[in-house]
Amino acid sequence: MNPPTTVTALSTYRNQTPYPFCPGCGHHAILDRLNEALNDLHIDPNKVVLVSDIGCSGLSDQYFVTSAFHGLHGRSITYATGIKLQRPDLKVIVVMGDGGTGIGGAHLLNAARRNIGLTVLVFNNFNFGMTGGQHSTTTPSGAFTSTTPGGNLERPLDVCATVAANGAGYVWRGTSFDKDLSARIAEAVRSDSFALLDIWELCTAYFVPNNQASKKTLTTILDGLGLKAGLLHRAEYPEYAAAYRKATLPQRGLSLPAPRPISPVFESPLTRPFRLVVAGAAGGKVKSAARLLGEAALLSGLWAAQRDDYPITVMTGHSIAEIVLSPREIDYTAIDRPDAMILLSREGVAKVGAQLAAMRPEDRVFALPEVADVRTSAAVSVIDLARLPGSLGKGSTALYSIAWALKELGVLPIEALLAATARQGSQYAEKNAEAIRAANA
Amino acid sequence: MREFTDGSSAIVRGALDAGCTFFAGYPITPASPILMQMMSELPKVDGVAVQGEDEIASIGMCIGATLAGARAMTATSGPGLSLYSENIGLAIIGEVPLVIVDVQRLGPATGGATTVGQGDVQFARWGTAGGYPIIALAPSSVSECYSLTRRAFDLAERFRCPVFLLTDKELNMTTNTVEVDEYDKPAVRARTALPSSEPPYRYLPAADVPSLAQYGGPGVVRFTGSTHDERGLITKTPAKVAQLNEHLRAKIEDNAAEIELVVKDLQAGASTLFVSYGVTAGAMREAVTRIRAAGKAVSALTLQSLWPVPEAAIGEALASVRRVVVAELNHGQYRREIERLARGAEVVGLHRVDGELIAPEAFMESVR
Repeated sequence: MNPPTTVTALSTYRNQTPYPFCPGCGHHAILDRLNEALNDLHIDPNKVVLVSDIGCSGLSDQYFVTSAFHGLHGRSITYATGIKLQRPDLKVIVVMGDGGTGIGGAHLLNAARRNIGLTVLVFNNFNFGMTGGQHSTTTPSGAFTSTTPGGNLERPLDVCATVAANGAGYVWRGTSFDKDLSARIAEAVRSDSFALLDIWELCTAYFVPNNQASKKTLTTILDGLGLKAGLLHRAEYPEYAAAYRKATLPQRGLSLPAPRPISPVFESPLTRPFRLVVAGAAGGKVKSAARLLGEAALLSGLWAAQRDDYPITVMTGHSIAEIVLSPREIDYTAIDRPDAMILLSREGVAKVGAQLAAMRPEDRVFALPEVADVRTSAAVSVIDLARLPGSLGKGSTALYSIAWALKELGVLPIEALLAATARQGSQYAEKNAEAIRAANA
Repeated sequence: MREFTDGSSAIVRGALDAGCTFFAGYPITPASPILMQMMSELPKVDGVAVQGEDEIASIGMCIGATLAGARAMTATSGPGLSLYSENIGLAIIGEVPLVIVDVQRLGPATGGATTVGQGDVQFARWGTAGGYPIIALAPSSVSECYSLTRRAFDLAERFRCPVFLLTDKELNMTTNTVEVDEYDKPAVRARTALPSSEPPYRYLPAADVPSLAQYGGPGVVRFTGSTHDERGLITKTPAKVAQLNEHLRAKIEDNAAEIELVVKDLQAGASTLFVSYGVTAGAMREAVTRIRAAGKAVSALTLQSLWPVPEAAIGEALASVRRVVVAELNHGQYRREIERLARGAEVVGLHRVDGELIAPEAFMESVR
């Protein structure tokens, strides 16, 4: 899917436009080191995407001749992930500030966990330089910012330890003054893993004047927090975009889902829609039994609709299937007044009171003995489980009961239900057929 | 021959047949079946499906992947759509083709996670800052879930913008019967490569839409969520910003006739017109059949495109009636669009917000 690569390396990856940053701002140096790294890497600028977000560092991509993506605050890693997943051959470099690191913390953590092959440069100047010097997640404890006038009470996020502990392949911490920064950036890009460089620098507009900070302060803060600088972590985990393709390769070219048409081979006497509700409990195979009835309807030349209801906690409580069988297209799938109901459990009955109350004497209710005492105007018959072989277990009760009711209702031939079961081709097919035959014995 | 299937499966098939190659989403009832199926299916076409750490990441990945050459879709429900909001704006200003499926459930907030609603209709239209237009389609049957997903991919490509497919819990999770030979298969245009000599953006003529520039091709591609010039460089020059924003408006609103999609079922002599969309339009069709079987006249309009408002078709349908009944599973969100077009006809809302469907009987009782 990738076009052939022609490398047109450049002597500089910067354009002619001067940087827009404040005098003394660390961004100048970091971007110059990035440019040197790109030179060193000798990459086609078309094959590099610089992804940035909001903040002064978000302006960076405009001063480079590579491809670029300037997105929403803190979300740069998500765009970069999409780009890398689609085009693993591209070098995707994320430029983000400490602001973006904080608001996009979940993305940072999960990108590290996946070890997606991005290079993340954190321009960490301990505050929001673009919006007035507010504190960020990396502001040192005690530091003064426009939103911590009495000194920061929060502990700063250790970005490096966080990503290193969670799957990153390459983690480095240093400052914008470090001589080896460009070599480290190049090394990170070459690593083809999730690589993060936490680059400490000075915001001369806010952090420096508010804290009388200097180059030396960076070391003082590091020491004060007990943090280390330099190459902190290297690990060899599978890179996600490559791992994804490797893992999914066996599926390549397999057939896509297509309609699974059901040819009618039986006939139904129905001349109007017939509405059936099966009310049971979770784990009772209500949905799968109802689906077989729906397929049996199609095998009988009818239209069918099946609407299921169950609690969010799927393994407990009620399981209701509403099935409409009709000689014509079904445009309304809800059942306000059922023609028949099959009651299998207390949990189910508790949910269908309104439908039971709406039924009339000509309607039918089929109930297991323990729930046969319901209040309804419909005629209630008790389902006799005596014929259900004990070897089939409780999981066959729903289908047995549907087959039992079907025999009485005559809305479609029992053979259609058997044929639907045979179509299943699953391990349950024979058991299901046995349950249907038992109900009709 | 017929099949027994649901809206989620139809949407997945529609997306795959439309050439979808990328999906990212986050689990949410009732949209999760789409996520799960896309995870299984996309590897078969050398595509990528990924479960994001949240909805923000999911739509972000879709936007990034699209600019790297993918044709992307994501799916969520109301709470997730809230988290998509800011990135929808990014896709609008960056002119990113993207299909967003919103399987509506009852809101607000967590609301009824497993109950039906149609409460995101205005949210889809106005759900991001700035108020710029998007496109939204609303299938009213399982078969339309398939065809309108294809159409959504085509429109996303044509107009380079987010296209919403507004469905709901009932359409997506209720299994129904579809006549296999009657699936409508609207053509889906292929992506045309933008010549590397051309800038990634163009604002004149305002309603024209150039091809999408993609990363990794012969040229450098710049993309930004800030106001930008044709080269993708940030600008605040008022004349250029005005051109950009006028283009974002005009490309959709001035081409509304191309997007408009309705099913007109107008009957001579009818004084009542039903207007509905989505799952509620199913009950409307059932009601129309019964009303006419009883010898009364009634007209019906199913809106398959909700945004931009299909004003021409609505105007035509309104021309000969005295009364319009607008049915929807909310407090009347689309009724306000009909009211501003009604020109004297009485507009009545038929609403339900208890997590149940509007029944055909409710339509029947509202006919005059």
